[in-house]
Amino acid sequence: MAALRGNGNSWREAGGDGSAEPALKVEGLRAYYLMAYYGVEREVRAVDDITLTVNKDEIYGLAGESSCGKTTFIKTIARAVRPPLEVLGGTIKYSFLDRNLYDVDEDTLADIRWSHLSCVLQGSMNVLNPVRRVRKSFLDFAYPHMGLSKKDFFKAVNHHLDRLRLSPDVLSAYPHELSGGMRQRVAIALATVCEPEFVIADEPTTALDVVVQRDVLAMILEAQQQFGSSMIFVTHDLTVHANIANRLGIMYAGRLVEEGPTAEVFHEPLHPYTSHLIASLPRIGDLKPKAALPGAPPSLADPPSGCRFHPRCSLAMDICRESHPAMTTVAPGRRIACFAVDPTAKAAGDIPVAQIASEADAAARLGQ
Amino acid sequence: MRTYGIYVLRRFGQFVLVVFIGINVAFLITHSTPIDPVEQAISSATQFGFSDPTAVEQLRQSLRELYGVEGTFWEKYIHFWTRLAVGDFGPSLSAFPTSVSALIGRALPWTIGLLTTSTLISWALGNFLGGLAGYYRENRILKAIGIVATGLQPIPSYIMSLLVLIMFGFVWPIFPISGGFQMNLSPELSFAFVRSVVEHSILPVLSLVLITIGVWFIGMRSIVSNIVTEDYVLYAELAGVDRHRILASYIMRNALAPQLTGLTLSLGAIFNGAIITEFVFGYPGVGTLLVRAVGTGDYSLVLGITSISIIAVATGVFIIDVMYPLIDPRVKLT
Amino acid sequence: MLRILRDLFRYNREFAIGATLVLMIVALSVASFFSPYPTLSTYVVPPDIPPSWAYPLGTNSRGQDVFWQLSASMRNSLLFGISVAFISRIISLVVGLTSGYLGGFADRVLMSINDTFVVMPLFPILMLFFFLMHDNMSWPLLALAMAALGWPYDARLIRSVALSLRTREFTTQSVFSGMSTPRILIEEHLPYVLPIVFATTMNNINWSIGLEVTLSVIGITNIETPTIGTMIYWANQHTAMVAGVWWWVLAPVATVVMTFIGLFLLAVSMNEYIDPRSRLARMEGSR
Repeated sequence: MAALRGNGNSWREAGGDGSAEPALKVEGLRAYYLMAYYGVEREVRAVDDITLTVNKDEIYGLAGESSCGKTTFIKTIARAVRPPLEVLGGTIKYSFLDRNLYDVDEDTLADIRWSHLSCVLQGSMNVLNPVRRVRKSFLDFAYPHMGLSKKDFFKAVNHHLDRLRLSPDVLSAYPHELSGGMRQRVAIALATVCEPEFVIADEPTTALDVVVQRDVLAMILEAQQQFGSSMIFVTHDLTVHANIANRLGIMYAGRLVEEGPTAEVFHEPLHPYTSHLIASLPRIGDLKPKAALPGAPPSLADPPSGCRFHPRCSLAMDICRESHPAMTTVAPGRRIACFAVDPTAKAAGDIPVAQIASEADAAARLGQ
Repeated sequence: MRTYGIYVLRRFGQFVLVVFIGINVAFLITHSTPIDPVEQAISSATQFGFSDPTAVEQLRQSLRELYGVEGTFWEKYIHFWTRLAVGDFGPSLSAFPTSVSALIGRALPWTIGLLTTSTLISWALGNFLGGLAGYYRENRILKAIGIVATGLQPIPSYIMSLLVLIMFGFVWPIFPISGGFQMNLSPELSFAFVRSVVEHSILPVLSLVLITIGVWFIGMRSIVSNIVTEDYVLYAELAGVDRHRILASYIMRNALAPQLTGLTLSLGAIFNGAIITEFVFGYPGVGTLLVRAVGTGDYSLVLGITSISIIAVATGVFIIDVMYPLIDPRVKLT
Repeated sequence: MLRILRDLFRYNREFAIGATLVLMIVALSVASFFSPYPTLSTYVVPPDIPPSWAYPLGTNSRGQDVFWQLSASMRNSLLFGISVAFISRIISLVVGLTSGYLGGFADRVLMSINDTFVVMPLFPILMLFFFLMHDNMSWPLLALAMAALGWPYDARLIRSVALSLRTREFTTQSVFSGMSTPRILIEEHLPYVLPIVFATTMNNINWSIGLEVTLSVIGITNIETPTIGTMIYWANQHTAMVAGVWWWVLAPVATVVMTFIGLFLLAVSMNEYIDPRSRLARMEGSR
């Protein structure tokens, strides 16, 4: 049995260790969908060599367009992998486990689920059993892990709902009797009631209107701050990242292309893809029409050679076509994967000077 | 609670509608034939050798009233319904002067017993096994059961009953193959009688269960394999909820609702199957009665059985419909 | 189209088995046109001979070669089943498409009628009908009666497809360009509905042959015409089981069971192929 470590929160015994160790360390993760159907074989490279670290007490935002592999990544680090998805390589190391997530036996896995590692998922509106009252879901999910008597358990649940500003009446409702936003909030409360060390959140606010979105985000922040969980927060919506993420990672076509503290990434995006993403965000007073990226996101079953962004990149060089760049640290806490970007020549604001300079260059080359 | 009451009322309205339309159809069929049913009935009744002219004339008169061949269409219609309201279908021709209602009254309990027992067994067992098969997809025993069910399902009632009859009647005779109970026992609440009833019901129940279980198994398996991909199931698995609890509380409970609806839709077909099974095994229910009635040309008995079966099936549907909101809280009650 | 069939045959075991069985049955039926004996005559061969080289399925107590009788019976039963299925498809298509497309009041009325028919026990009503028709009963009339009772289940299926089609863009476009309702239903919606109709046809054929067998065995259809049901009827009349002439009963029962399973497997595999969710499920299992 792998060793577990406590984190010294309210209903647990005091314990815990130094915060030097990262909450989550992923190295070289590779996960593909492998399918053979009616004689046709397909290999979808959804997660292709990803390395990242999430520190204690931090919210790490993961951004990228649809079908860039974000959700697959989440499934992998939550160990929710089913055929045809297969993990082909790499390690995933949580601070509360002493070995790779995939080397852990089933019993330990069941133990750590929810009490140390929990998830808030896409489509959280449908995660509650429709034929049972909410209270039953709390019983099913959290009760086995908390080791309390039923009475004490519900006291703890009520206390938890209270501090997240949810009415305890939700416990006796059926899911379809609550609104979408309400269900989302209940799902978040459910995911955090055991005060897990690590919370994975995949697009928890996507289907909600902005008013509810703000409340939900506030709730997530509060939950995280109150029990000090670390979090990976996945969404394509950069504005949400701006509000909530401490550090930001940008994914493109199954690979990480840029990473850094959120504010820095927003003010000075280095990778050409990130630059376009940031540039496309509406700003008050900015009346310039936005340019769209040429081309379309690549198919992960048949990705472009070398750097996957090169067909759409205005900085593309020959080497970009041939081999893919590794994530290199270009400044403390900042990493990017790009052959072309020169970190020393950059203008604040929308588009780096370096890009403007080589656009003429690239246009000449592509014009052949 | 009030909304539930409204729901029950609506379902009852549907019940009345079905019974009304059904019996009207039966009525219309009888009144659109070119044959004079009265004369035909008389001629087939007199075949059995009672030729007392006054009795025959009385019969003719009573039949004319029952079939309503006198008067205008509306008069006949109203007459029919007034007689129906008191459950009077007139005398049976083949068992004159026993009334049709008496004959049906004797046979109906057997049919209802057969139907409820076999439907309960086949629905519950079929759904349970099908649910397991949909969840534990790699299990070889369940896969084998699945193949058997696929083979059983399309076989129609008569062939299945025949096969069971051949199996246990000729090849391996361990159960009685005809009758409802042993001939020399009198119907009373004695142990010997009850035991005999049970023995005689084993083969008919077995046939009916084999006929219907395939549908439930295959349906449940398919529903469960879809539910397994639902968000709430994936989430529960992600949370490490105990597998048995997921199967019972998250999967089965949600799959039961559509299966219950399926049950209401199939009640008519199950009833048909019961009729044929009774006929093959000579079980003293409404089915055997119906076939004999057709064979002997007992018109009023056939009409009576048709009406009663419409009411019986509609009642079954009504009962299940009323239970439905208790299983699935999402049903809109208004 | 042919490629789809070929792929199905090669990769889908159920389809392969089903198609093989059905082809065998059809071959058997076609063979009846080459029968050396006139199908309606009796006592053309010595009776009650067990299966042997001269008579591959033996002969029955009426002096007929069981194999050739079976062939003719299968042909008749199959034709009957197909005609019932065909007529009831038309009815359920009309009702389903119209009801789903028009919606509102028309839909509610049609569906109430539909549900009433679904719930009603058909057997007693059919028996009532035949009892009254008596000597005027003929196969076409029987087919019509069964078709009139067999459409409701599938009409509902078709209706749900029609409901979803109604809100699609190409429908609104057709409406705006002035297509009449019947034209929209036939030209635009029908192609979507046809695959489902095809699958339900198999089940319907099963159902009608099954019902035919049941009615014939009881003896209320025209028992002179050789069908699977009438074969069993005559076998029962001559107490074949007790007399030991088991091949007379086994041949039609086995053949008709093969037909049912074959058609059912075809229907199931086509349904699976059409339904995208089951396709995904299969992809997960194939690795």
